[in-house]
Amino acid sequence: MEKMRLNCITRTDVVVIGAGHAGCEAALAAARLGKDTVLFTVSVDSIAMMPCNPNIGGSSKGHLVREVDALGGEMGKNIDKVYIQSKMLNESKGPAVHSLRAQADKRAYSQCMRETLENTPHLHIRQAEVARILVEDGAVKGVETVSGWKYLAPAVILCTGTYLKARCLHGEVSEETGPNGLKRAEYLSDSLREAGLRLLRFKTGTPARVDGRTVDFSKMEEQRGDDPVTPFSFSNRAEDIARPQVSCWLTYTNEATHAVIRQNIDRSPLFSGEITETGPRYCPSIEDKVVKFPDKDRHQLFIEPEGLYTNELYISGMSSSLPEDVQEAMIHTVPGLEQARIVRNAYAIMYDLLDATQLKHTLECKAIRGLFSAGQSNGSSGYEEAAAQGLIAGINAARLLDGKDEFVLDRSDGYIGVLIDDLVTKENTEPYRMMTSRAEYRLLLRQDNADLRLTPRGYSAGLIGEERWQQFLLKQRQIDEELERVKHVTVAPSAEAQCFLEAHASTPLKSGIGLAELVKRPELDYDVLSPLDPGRPLLPPSVREQVNITLKYEGYILRQKQQVEHFAKLERRRIPAGIDYGDVLSLRLEARQKLDRIRPETLGQASRIAGVSPADVAVLQVYLEKHKELTEGMGSAAI
Amino acid sequence: MDRQDIIAAVSTGLTAGGIGIVRVSGEGAAQLCAPLVRIRGLELSEAQPNHLYYGRIEENGAVLDEALIAFLKAPHSYTAEDTVELQCHGGPLVLQRVLEAVLRAGARLAEPGEFTKRAFLNGRLDLSEAEAVMDLISADTELARETAVKQLRGAHSARIRALRDELLEKTAFIEAALDDPEHYSLDGYGESVRPELERLKGSIEALLSSSDDGRVLAEGIRTAIVGRPNVGKSSLLNYLLGFERAIVTRIPGTTRDTIEESCRVGQLVLKLSDTAGIRESDDTVERIGIERAREAVRDADLVLLMWDGTCPPEEEDRALLRLCGDKPALLLLNKADLGLAADPAALESETGRPCFAVSARDGRGIGAVLEKVQEMFRLEEIRQQPVLVTNLRHKALLADAAASLENALETLRSGAPEDFLTIDLMDAYRSLGLIIGEEAGEDLINEIFSKFCMGK
Repeated sequence: MEKMRLNCITRTDVVVIGAGHAGCEAALAAARLGKDTVLFTVSVDSIAMMPCNPNIGGSSKGHLVREVDALGGEMGKNIDKVYIQSKMLNESKGPAVHSLRAQADKRAYSQCMRETLENTPHLHIRQAEVARILVEDGAVKGVETVSGWKYLAPAVILCTGTYLKARCLHGEVSEETGPNGLKRAEYLSDSLREAGLRLLRFKTGTPARVDGRTVDFSKMEEQRGDDPVTPFSFSNRAEDIARPQVSCWLTYTNEATHAVIRQNIDRSPLFSGEITETGPRYCPSIEDKVVKFPDKDRHQLFIEPEGLYTNELYISGMSSSLPEDVQEAMIHTVPGLEQARIVRNAYAIMYDLLDATQLKHTLECKAIRGLFSAGQSNGSSGYEEAAAQGLIAGINAARLLDGKDEFVLDRSDGYIGVLIDDLVTKENTEPYRMMTSRAEYRLLLRQDNADLRLTPRGYSAGLIGEERWQQFLLKQRQIDEELERVKHVTVAPSAEAQCFLEAHASTPLKSGIGLAELVKRPELDYDVLSPLDPGRPLLPPSVREQVNITLKYEGYILRQKQQVEHFAKLERRRIPAGIDYGDVLSLRLEARQKLDRIRPETLGQASRIAGVSPADVAVLQVYLEKHKELTEGMGSAAI
Repeated sequence: MDRQDIIAAVSTGLTAGGIGIVRVSGEGAAQLCAPLVRIRGLELSEAQPNHLYYGRIEENGAVLDEALIAFLKAPHSYTAEDTVELQCHGGPLVLQRVLEAVLRAGARLAEPGEFTKRAFLNGRLDLSEAEAVMDLISADTELARETAVKQLRGAHSARIRALRDELLEKTAFIEAALDDPEHYSLDGYGESVRPELERLKGSIEALLSSSDDGRVLAEGIRTAIVGRPNVGKSSLLNYLLGFERAIVTRIPGTTRDTIEESCRVGQLVLKLSDTAGIRESDDTVERIGIERAREAVRDADLVLLMWDGTCPPEEEDRALLRLCGDKPALLLLNKADLGLAADPAALESETGRPCFAVSARDGRGIGAVLEKVQEMFRLEEIRQQPVLVTNLRHKALLADAAASLENALETLRSGAPEDFLTIDLMDAYRSLGLIIGEEAGEDLINEIFSKFCMGK
């Protein structure tokens, strides 16, 4: 007689599939908002793993981490705990493009995040492969694992990264594994297709790691971190996280390297046709670089430590899917790496992902209530992009359960808004990386003011604690008061003032001038001018920085604010979810098809769809005006 | 929609009529126009609504026109907004000058159909009219774009493309360096790019001033006369020009080195373009052949297709007929004075084109042709507006682009970091793109990736 199975159903609030950078943020957000959350991973030991580069942040990605932190996410706090080198990039440029990047101790990063998860109430980690999502009547009901255990939940967040039907390749070797040789997710792709979702397939890759004992650093340039460092988290001060730092190293490829690559290019699966998926343009493999940019006689390589616990070094700039013998030969042509021994091969990875245009800005599927998706499974790339999406999905999953309104950031709120809008609006054909040039209003979306922009949103969402909120209010008040005070300070053309200006190579005064005007001079700034401002109160550096930037770039900031006002007009105009574009006469056919496929939530989003012209948007606008009563009658959640 | 915006446009057709109206609509329209309007004894802001005043339109002391001026107070105007109507003398050039002055005073050029759109959005039009409004907006915008492309075909648009390419290249370099500072350095880039930006700004300003040269005067119905050699095209041209010889104007084209001939037919101006080989001998036309005819038809608003009526149509005649595609075209059977071999009525039903027996030598039948032309284009009068709009739109956009570059140069002069530059450079790029109907979209991202080797 067949044995009865015991209870194999668990009821919970939120299920998160995948414990990478998106999954961790999603699970933490949902649990912190009081939702019983089960976080699935194929391996508990791979929680918050960094399978590619050993750093967090970088140009525009650093902005994302600061924004995640400002909203109450974890990534910034976690990297602050475990960084081994930190550097503010673009310091000589304008404040909008300053960007923080920190090298991480990979194992410590993963370990710290795991500790945080394990100590968060309502959060349960479960090692198991999810095989199916359960959908009924256009709403998600939960998931089922390969063993048949059902976890019933009204909200499910896909954070499957690069694991869905993943395949890793180098040379002629092809393995059906996820990153780093981990088990791939075998069944979920089919289940998603059965639920009616469109999937895509992308490719990305990672370079080789070498043994640090076999590297000759004397042939490379040393790259040190900043002293003092800038913390990622707004809740940390520089002195709280000061620690000894390690160096990275710069070296270059050369003609010999390129010759090895060219001679063996036919053995690359990229060029032999074995890989047909499009890879990311911003992070090309070394063979791509050599083929696409034949005029460049060298490419930079950064040699970065993987952590304090290991000798392993990451060769940034040398992602590849060439066979291992070619990898070894090309690495040995590089100054300092002549004797280097490979620990892990470079490889390319292909994986299934969701066509993210099926998602709303909350990252919930338009067609399946309660099913969210975040991270690389939405076609992004990078730990930071993943974390940002995970946070937004987690917040919205919790709000859905509470019957609260949607939590959405738009393009003028932050890089997170730009990221998500691009993902759900544009039909991406390669992994999407954040870039500062994608942010239209970047003078307003600086990494230094992420808290001023977003912490009030994080507080109202429930992720910012009272103590931090009070600190924030104090900072805000100090900035406002100081700006108000400075407005009324004038500097007289005294002998002292003229002497000071002369010493700073600045034009002497003809008459009295506002202190704020002097701050605007390129050779001066707020801090430098303190000798001419005797009434200045003692203020923390973060407050002085805001005062300086606000005064110094006032004109530019004002112009961007005007652009934002213009942008907001279309953005506020919501399109009812049930609109039948067949009813909107005068739309061109291409526009009608695109609108019907992507189903934008606002007129602003519609205007950003490729193939929808300004005339189409005008037509749509008039249609919406005409059917205003209809628009107002329908809730935004209506399907 | 942007209700604070004040919009302006010439709201009468661009025909050589007696009066033309520049309409300015939006809250604050009267204040905006006040500095331009001289009415004896009072300011425009003191004017009684819905009264007509006699006065002058002036800008910086220069009199642009005498005009009748009306201030219509919301909601008692077409758009249901405060509206100023400047009823000027009808010359296109005068209207353009007045409109430009209003735009300089702070109004924005109305988009095609925008007055109507506002009237609708402000509740002046009822729901049943909405569909028509949408059709109008859509059609006019498409027409405007088509017109823009037509006007800009050739050297002019190639120049704008070249300017855009340069702007994009510079922006992409800066952005690539910002996104990947360890691979690309901006040290000294500001200084090296300054003379180039000055040159680009100069080029845009040169384009801007060339568009002032009264090109609009030459606007009218672009008319192509096509037909086989010796069919009588030159005779027809001479006849048309002689028809009202007193008002024939010769206007040097601004984007071509050719002469364009205009003749007035009732309220319409026909622009008989040299591209039809008008003043050239038939032998030359023969050499230039069908390609030239194809080009003429493509650029034309109206085609006068001429066949020799004394003999049956040849294959070449039919080829020319096919060439007309969906353009408005009239079939003229010439040499009616020598006796016709074909029946106009039969050909009309066969070809689907209005068909006329004419004689370019003694002028018979040409009156009927011109009546037909007037009939065809009377319905189109409202659609004439975008032609002017397009021109002014181009000017406004060129001015925007030049201003953006000036902002960029100012940024360089002030010593601000390079990342501030790209904001203005992309603004200029976008403005130029709107002229040739291209948007920015992913251009910058694509340029960065195609020109620069990025990333880890």
